Amino acid sequence: MTDIRQARQALVHRILEGNGTASRVRRRAAFDNAEFEEPLHTLIKKVAKHSGQVTEEDITAVRASGLNEDQIFELVVCAAVGQATREYETALLALAAVSKKE
Amino acid sequence: MRLSILDIGHSSGTKVLFALIRLISRQPVLDVIKLVTYRAEFYGALAREVTHEAMRGPSAWSVGDRELMAGFVAKSNECEWCTRAHAAVAERAYGGAVEVSGVLADLETAPIQEPLRATLRMLRKLTRQHAVNEADVRAALAAGVSCEQIKDALAVCFAFNVITRLANAFGFTLASPKAFEAGANYLLTRGYR
Repeated sequence: MTDIRQARQALVHRILEGNGTASRVRRRAAFDNAEFEEPLHTLIKKVAKHSGQVTEEDITAVRASGLNEDQIFELVVCAAVGQATREYETALLALAAVSKKE
Repeated sequence: MRLSILDIGHSSGTKVLFALIRLISRQPVLDVIKLVTYRAEFYGALAREVTHEAMRGPSAWSVGDRELMAGFVAKSNECEWCTRAHAAVAERAYGGAVEVSGVLADLETAPIQEPLRATLRMLRKLTRQHAVNEADVRAALAAGVSCEQIKDALAVCFAFNVITRLANAFGFTLASPKAFEAGANYLLTRGYR
């Protein structure tokens, strides 16, 4: 069986707790798909739930609001990893519940 | 791409690497390579470790099965770039295109084994609806999938539910079929590290 636990935890720890150009608070908020001011709010929500709908205009608007490209890069990465983490952990919990009953 | 740093912001050492890739493959550098090598200490290096373990680590699923899962998760996330890229790898791993084209056209009629079909159904629901429940897991188990195989498939799904979102958000530019072929050959021989 493959084992991604260690590498996955290291990835999550790095993007949330390591050095970055966006603050740790904002990286955590993007990871959690929490509330932001516009236009960042729209971008983070789309990355988490409807990434196929992200547009050039979404990125341009966030850049125009004052974030630099490295900050946008970090926050988008955090939003993507955060949503994938929630999905992964939800599925593992369902599997564990089934395994426990059988 | 939508962030210029992902096209031209790399270190001088990485730019030399890109020149070598262009020279050897005679193809442009794929956008996914540009992404995972940009400030690799932040995201790319660790993401490659996760993906390599999920895609090439020990598993009852074949490499072809896992590449097909990757392509199918990409399709479920409306990411054409990753769908094409991993369909190309899966076709080479399987030694034919019939399974891959079949799954991408219609999962229910595709010429694949039932355990793989049931697993792909579960991954599609997880990707599109962001959750699966005990009934979804039971359906996969009833089709003959083991708990270990479900965990392995979820690891693939995690890796590709990250990268497909990034490809969509950053606006990866579709590569030519030849560039995807070159990328597929690299991934089959070298993996994701």
